Amino acid sequence: MSTQELVIPVPREIVTEPRRSDKVFRGVVTGGGLSSLGILGLIAIFLGYRGFEVLRQEGIGFITHSDWSISTDDSGNVLDSHFGLAAMLVGTILCSLIAVVIAVPISVFSALFLNFYAPGWLKKILITIIDMMAAFPSILFGIWGFLVLMPSVEYWAKLLHRYLGFIPIFDMQVPVYTRSPFVAGVVLSIMIIPIITSVSREIFSQAPLDRIQAAYALGATRWAMIKAVVIPHGRSGVIGGAMLGLGRAMGETVAVFTVLNIVFQVNWQMLLGAGGNVASLIILKFGDASPYEIKALMAAGLILFLLTLIVNAIANLIVKTTGKSGR
Amino acid sequence: MTTSHESGKQEMQTSVKPSSLADVANAKAPKTPGTSALGTGLETRGVHAWFGKHHALSNISLDFAAGTVTALIGPSGCGKSTFIRTINRMHEFIPGAAMAGEVLLDGKDVYAPGTDVTKIRLQIGMVFQKPNPFPSMTIGENVLSGLKLAQLKVDNKDDLLEECLERAGLWNEVKDRLGAHGGSLSGGQQQRLCIARALAVRPQVLLMDEPCSALDPGSTLRIEDTIRHLSDTMTIIIVTHNMQQAARVSDYTAFFLSDGGPGQMIEVAPTSEIFSRPQDSRTESYVTGRFG
Repeated sequence: MSTQELVIPVPREIVTEPRRSDKVFRGVVTGGGLSSLGILGLIAIFLGYRGFEVLRQEGIGFITHSDWSISTDDSGNVLDSHFGLAAMLVGTILCSLIAVVIAVPISVFSALFLNFYAPGWLKKILITIIDMMAAFPSILFGIWGFLVLMPSVEYWAKLLHRYLGFIPIFDMQVPVYTRSPFVAGVVLSIMIIPIITSVSREIFSQAPLDRIQAAYALGATRWAMIKAVVIPHGRSGVIGGAMLGLGRAMGETVAVFTVLNIVFQVNWQMLLGAGGNVASLIILKFGDASPYEIKALMAAGLILFLLTLIVNAIANLIVKTTGKSGR
Repeated sequence: MTTSHESGKQEMQTSVKPSSLADVANAKAPKTPGTSALGTGLETRGVHAWFGKHHALSNISLDFAAGTVTALIGPSGCGKSTFIRTINRMHEFIPGAAMAGEVLLDGKDVYAPGTDVTKIRLQIGMVFQKPNPFPSMTIGENVLSGLKLAQLKVDNKDDLLEECLERAGLWNEVKDRLGAHGGSLSGGQQQRLCIARALAVRPQVLLMDEPCSALDPGSTLRIEDTIRHLSDTMTIIIVTHNMQQAARVSDYTAFFLSDGGPGQMIEVAPTSEIFSRPQDSRTESYVTGRFG
């Protein structure tokens, strides 16, 4: 036996030299990953650059006031302008929340039906139809909402007002039921059902088989099994899907523009025919806007962009904090 | 929970004197089946099973007397797991799965039309190969989850919780952290948690599908200990690849084999007989380790 004292070595530096093919592949995927970030950044910079002048002019009033007026003299010089998005922001949030509240239960139930109840042939047909719904042009949803859906939704709105009118959001002073945020929300909900259904279906189908079997082996009915295993497992995925849907609803332009009565006045009463959203404001004003007003619209776009980012960040946070329990 | 009858059919004769497997099988006190309020046991008659066109299991007739432990042994793919899954009707969850024959619990066919299948699974509990506690539930909630799933009411949940964990040999290890999540336990503890969970609904029969195959030797011994204690109050059927385990825990052993076709039951006898004087040469080859 040696009597030498053990010398504790310094940890070695570990170097790996990837192969050329691996380097190339890494470059390609890195490029792909960064390009979406780059495009997003460029859009933000573009909107900020174009809208900066208006934002500086209006200050915080741009998101707290609700008026949109511009007067120019004959040669096109701006004499006076007031731009405020408050009504449109409220409308954006209100319409998309209505849409999510309606769409989430329908989507979750369809996803559960597709995964656990529908026979194979019906499942295939329904999945195709639902995926087609996602690709359906939004102007057609808008026209359908305006011509077909409006009369029946008006009836539901009256019922809501009569029986739930004591809740402020269902209250209204003037009986104008058509073209309300509620109608727009219903149209939007139909537009976002496919994406929420599809995300929920995917996550539900990944519920671990061994736990499903454990529940059945303990005498669970199918519904009890779903409650104990599938829903806890899928909760965070459903929230993620709902947030994707919310994002789509907030950015939706044409359908809302077709259905909603755009009024520059903050309106939380969802049944009242007045409201708007940021995107529909842009499409409303874009066609005959003066160069200065275009800048205001770009600033509005920037605000919408930021709002969407904030909502997505909140969604990520929710998914992270609720995600662990069910897995 | 069940009606008690004089046990009428004990075709596995208790008269056969156990001689010796290895001496392991002999070390156990021989068991007299069907003595308490365990019902009259379980019987399968001519059970076949298919997966689509694949005939997986052929003509299995076995009698499991109340209060006994029966080990099912045989090489992989011989239909042992398929067989026990036909007993509690888990087989039918696999798309394309079919079965024929009868499974009689207390003389009643569990496949009879109008049978409440959730009730059958309450009476015939199951422990799986891989521990599968519900990760979103605490240890305590896991044990009592069967009551919630089957909407059963009990008067004193805390007593039941302690009793089940005690019987599963887990109480001492978890009594101070019943509120911790089931996933925080080690593999062996999780499996005992799953046993406790199966016990909480007071099954008459407990099916165990290789319950120790994912566990270390220490946990395996704990679970075997648990199985021997449990057999006082229920009928146990255990699938195992470990012949020492079969010898240690079971009163009867059935040998399954597939010769390329559907799995068949070659021989059933008291465990010590199977390991010392098997009637069939194929059984002998298997238990002496010449194949499989």
